[in-house]
Amino acid sequence: MSKHLIDLQNISKSFGNHLVLDEMNLYIRENEFLTLLGPSGCGKTTTLRIIGGFETPDVGRVIFDGEDITNLAPNKRQLNTVFQKYALFTHMTIAENIAFGLKIKKKSKSYIDDKIKYALKLVNLEDYGNRYPDSLSGGQQQRIAIARAIVNEPKVLLLDEPLGALDLKLRQDMQYELIRLKKELGITFIYVTHDQEEALTMSDTIVVMNQGYIQQIGTPEMIYNEPENAFVADFIGDSNIISSTMIQDKLVEILGVKFPCVDTGFGENKPVDVVIRPEDVEMINLLDDYENEMASAASSEDSWKKYGRIQGVVTHIIFKGVHYEMEVMANGFEWLVHSTQMFPVGQKVGINVDPFNIQIMNKPASEDEEAAPIEE
Amino acid sequence: MKSNKFIKLLSAPYIVWAVGFIIIPLIMVFYYGLSNRDKQFTFEYVLSIAKPEHFKSLYLALLLALVSTIVCILLAYPLALILSGLKSKNEHLVVFIFILPMWMNFLLRTYAWMTLLENNGVINSILNFLHLPNIQIINTPAAIVFGMVYNFLPFMILPLYNSINKIDKNVLNAARDLGANYFQTLFRVIIPLSVPGIISGITMVFVPSLTTFVVSEMLGGGKILLIGNVIEQEFTQNSNWYQGSGLSIVLMLFIIISMVITNIYDKDGEGNTL
Repeated sequence: MSKHLIDLQNISKSFGNHLVLDEMNLYIRENEFLTLLGPSGCGKTTTLRIIGGFETPDVGRVIFDGEDITNLAPNKRQLNTVFQKYALFTHMTIAENIAFGLKIKKKSKSYIDDKIKYALKLVNLEDYGNRYPDSLSGGQQQRIAIARAIVNEPKVLLLDEPLGALDLKLRQDMQYELIRLKKELGITFIYVTHDQEEALTMSDTIVVMNQGYIQQIGTPEMIYNEPENAFVADFIGDSNIISSTMIQDKLVEILGVKFPCVDTGFGENKPVDVVIRPEDVEMINLLDDYENEMASAASSEDSWKKYGRIQGVVTHIIFKGVHYEMEVMANGFEWLVHSTQMFPVGQKVGINVDPFNIQIMNKPASEDEEAAPIEE
Repeated sequence: MKSNKFIKLLSAPYIVWAVGFIIIPLIMVFYYGLSNRDKQFTFEYVLSIAKPEHFKSLYLALLLALVSTIVCILLAYPLALILSGLKSKNEHLVVFIFILPMWMNFLLRTYAWMTLLENNGVINSILNFLHLPNIQIINTPAAIVFGMVYNFLPFMILPLYNSINKIDKNVLNAARDLGANYFQTLFRVIIPLSVPGIISGITMVFVPSLTTFVVSEMLGGGKILLIGNVIEQEFTQNSNWYQGSGLSIVLMLFIIISMVITNIYDKDGEGNTL
């Protein structure tokens, strides 16, 4: 993999008595699309502002391309920012907005004109050069903000919740637009968001943060499929998080029932958290009197195939379009289940989970890793 | 439509006020200004602004008002910049301190300046004490400018402060991010975006400076006649309401021009925040 472009070393920052970042270490590779993801107040925006130069860390260093830039003013840094709510210059035309950075750098008129043309083409707003920002829609203004930043040919583009103010459809369109831009420009993107779907769609690497700490760093697949702790599991998508006991390697006891799994190395009879995604819960229709049937049938090794490892009752069902979202009460736990198959409320069901889909996590070692309530 | 009638009723006191104290006096000014003692229609008194002594006082009033306005901008802009950059806790206190003189009586404030600037006043006493040469400033145009600036400065600070404070901090960060240093950010972003506040401030200082007669009388020693003093004397000493009203119409013209300019630029109503 390519070299480290930015290195955050041991960064701490507090505002007043409030510790926002605590000894954070993070590196960003060249050409990476890295997303800082977390609930509001987790320190993700502060991290971005430290990289951009709008905040100075209390402790720690920011290394950019081998140079210490911790105390360098923002106007001297080789990176540009796309701000939340666009922050366009309303007294200038679109073309003047885009030209701002280039004029400061005293580029020639023909160079600037070429760049404006190129940037407007890149964001699909070719005929908007003479208009004023107020006459553009939110999505268009956001694209101008991106154009204004990239004409300066930064090595890194910082994006602070750039799609936060847009409606859902536009947000999805802009996600594809950003991925395309990233490919065409071939530069590093550092993206801040609280929207997990946005993060999963666009990123090469996701950094999940909470309360000033990094919870997990990984590819979208790793973050989603193998969350390291309950916070990450809970924040990235819906999940069933169940306090369980690791009996031995490859065997976990969930709600009093033994499930085979694939994880090893947790030790024996160790309390753990188990994460099961709602789409990984498999359900089997059971007859109302399945209990008698089960009792009469010889309890063979394979009975879980017919009756499930755990039995329960559907308590809620909502149609979500692609799938049904159901809640199933089984062994004292309310299971969240996503399935394309419909199970009516009151239906008795058996539950199975494929060993590969049982994600075992250590219990949080300290309070800092505890899943915090998400205020959004 | 009962409520509608009720709302109309509520506006009645104001209508009575406006008719009695704004509309009727205005009509009277126009009546007197455009007629003579024989009750004949004439432009004589309006055009008398062309008389050398009237023209000179109008010219001097415009000049002093202009100088005061410029001095106010130069003093108030850096201050407004500093105020808008303060952390919220101290910000309001400091703004309050600068606005404080506004709550004191206008005459008292001007008397204070008389005491300060007099030949045997506070400033010269201090200079004497330090064995420095005295300054002769009372009864000069400079003294009048001092008085105007002191009295009208808060009216410049507030709209400037409001308009600078309203600029999104991220817009300034964006300018820095795009490579602008502090002065480039100031001249290319902050000042252009605060134009509405500048225009409001100019109107709120220029118009009262142009029309004042109290400041010029007290600090100019009655020797320096501004257009306001001329009009006042026509009404009080000469009892020539026709001449006073005629010149008032001319002055009103200048006020209307500056109001029109304000309305063109001040779309956000910065001036209404006072």
